[in-house]
Amino acid sequence: MSKTYFTSEHEWIKVEGDVGTVGITDHAQGALGDVVFVELPAVGKKVAKGGDAAVVESVKAASDVYSPVSGEVVGANDAIVDQPALVNESPEDGAWFFKVKLSNTSELDGLMDRAAYDAFVAGQS
Amino acid sequence: MSQEEVLRTPLNALHRELGGKMVPFAGYDMPVQYPAGVLAEHVHTRASAGLFDVSHMGQVRLSGEGVEAALEKLVPGDIQALAPGKVRYTMFTNDQGGILDDLMVSQTGRDLFMVVNAACKAQDIAHLKAGLGAGIKVDVIEDRALLALQGPEAAKVMARHAPGAGEMGFMTWTELKVCGFDCFVTRSGYTGEDGYEISVHEDHAVELARTLLAEPEVAPIGLGARDSLRLEAGLCLYGSDIDETTSPIEAGLNWTISKRRRAEGGFAGAATVQKHLAEGAPRLRVGIKPVDKAPARAHTEIVDATGRKIGEVTSGGFGPTLGGPLAMGYVEAAFAAPGTEVQLLVRGTPRPAHVVAMPFVAHRYAISGRKTP
Repeated sequence: MSKTYFTSEHEWIKVEGDVGTVGITDHAQGALGDVVFVELPAVGKKVAKGGDAAVVESVKAASDVYSPVSGEVVGANDAIVDQPALVNESPEDGAWFFKVKLSNTSELDGLMDRAAYDAFVAGQS
Repeated sequence: MSQEEVLRTPLNALHRELGGKMVPFAGYDMPVQYPAGVLAEHVHTRASAGLFDVSHMGQVRLSGEGVEAALEKLVPGDIQALAPGKVRYTMFTNDQGGILDDLMVSQTGRDLFMVVNAACKAQDIAHLKAGLGAGIKVDVIEDRALLALQGPEAAKVMARHAPGAGEMGFMTWTELKVCGFDCFVTRSGYTGEDGYEISVHEDHAVELARTLLAEPEVAPIGLGARDSLRLEAGLCLYGSDIDETTSPIEAGLNWTISKRRRAEGGFAGAATVQKHLAEGAPRLRVGIKPVDKAPARAHTEIVDATGRKIGEVTSGGFGPTLGGPLAMGYVEAAFAAPGTEVQLLVRGTPRPAHVVAMPFVAHRYAISGRKTP
C-alpha cells in the first residue's frame, strides 16, 4: 500500500514502506513550461528535507527540486535525463525524479495530501 | 522600475483572449507565451511566421534642421549617411563609452523614426531632449502600436495585405497601407528571420493583428520565444548583454560604426570606443556552446582550465532550433577566439564549453527587395 504526499514547493512523494518516489506536480510542470534539462542526484547521495536534490530547467528558467524528506537516494530516473519532455507529459507518473530511503518517516506528517495540495494551488492563483 | 501602475498595450485583451500567460515586463503586462508554449512558438517562427506584440517599445520621432548631425552626438551610428527609406541599428552611448540603450532609427526623408527599448524609454526620451539641443523636436509617439511579423513566410503573408511590402529590402522603412490602415513599416526584426515591424495607430491594432493571425501561416508568439529566437540569432538583449558598462566594441558591435564615425568621433564616449578599436578591447562578447546538455544561465561564471575567472555569461538557455544549450557572455580578449575551450561553473560544477562564432542559427534576412508571390 502506498500513499502520496505533496509539498508547498510542488513536489510529490509516493511512499511505499520506507522508500519514497519523488517527482514534480502537474501544476509545477505547467508553470515551468517546456522542460529541456534535468539533473538528478547520484544514488547514495544523502538529501535533507527541504534541501536541493535535483534541477529542472525549462526554456524559461532553472528551478531546484527539493527533497520532501531526509534520507538517502536509492534510485534516479535516467529516462527523464535523456528525454526531459517526459516531465511535461507524465509528471506525476512515469517522469518521477528519484527514490529516497526515508531516515525519518515522521517528516511525512507535515506534508499535504492530494485534497490539501489542490486547495493550496487553487489558493495561489 | 516603478511598481505603481502596470501598463497595457492596445493588444492586451487580445493576448488574454488567445490564452496568453501574462507577466510583468518593463512595466507592461505582456504575454510570455500562449498555450502552444515557448518551444512550439519558437519553432513555428523559424518554420512559418510569428506575430509579436512589441508595442511596449518606445516609438519616437525626431525632427528639425540638422537632426541627423544632432543625433550623431549621442550615437556612434552614421546617421548623416542614412539615405531616405533606410534603417540603422545603433546605440546611445555614455561618456565612458558604455551603452545606455540600443535602438533602430529610420530616415523617413522628413524626420527620423526611432524604436527604443521599453525599459529604457523614459530615460532615452530625457536623454534625447537634453542632448539634441534647441531646434530639434522630440515627439514621443504614444498612440501607435508596434507589431512584428517574423519568419520565412512573413513576406508572403504581408504581400496579401500590403502590396509593396515584398519589394522592400532588408533594413528599409516605408509608409504603407497594411490591411487598409496607414502604417510605418520596416523590413527588420530581432529573430534572425526575414520579417517586418509594423507601426499602426492604436485604434486599428487589434483588427490588424486579428487579420494577420487569421492567415494560416501566422501564430501569436510571446516574449519567451522572442528571447530564445534573438539568442540563437546572436543578438544582444539590453540590460543583459549590453549595458552602461559595456562598450560597443567589447560587445562586438563594431559593424554598426562607419569608417567616418570611427575617424571623426564626435559622439559620447568616442575616446573609449576609438581606444578599443585601436588597441583592442580588454574583453569581448562571445558565443558559448556548452559541451553537455546543461544550460548556463545569465551570471554563470566562465573560468579557464586552472579555474581562474575569465568572464561571465550574460544570456543563456536552450536553443530550440539549435537543439541544445547556448549562451553568450564576455571573456577576456585572449579567450575570445572561436574554438577556445572554457569551463562554465553551473551550480558550482565546472562544465566544458567552447567559444563559438555567432549567430548560433544562421540569419535568413531578405538580402534585397524582391517580388514575392
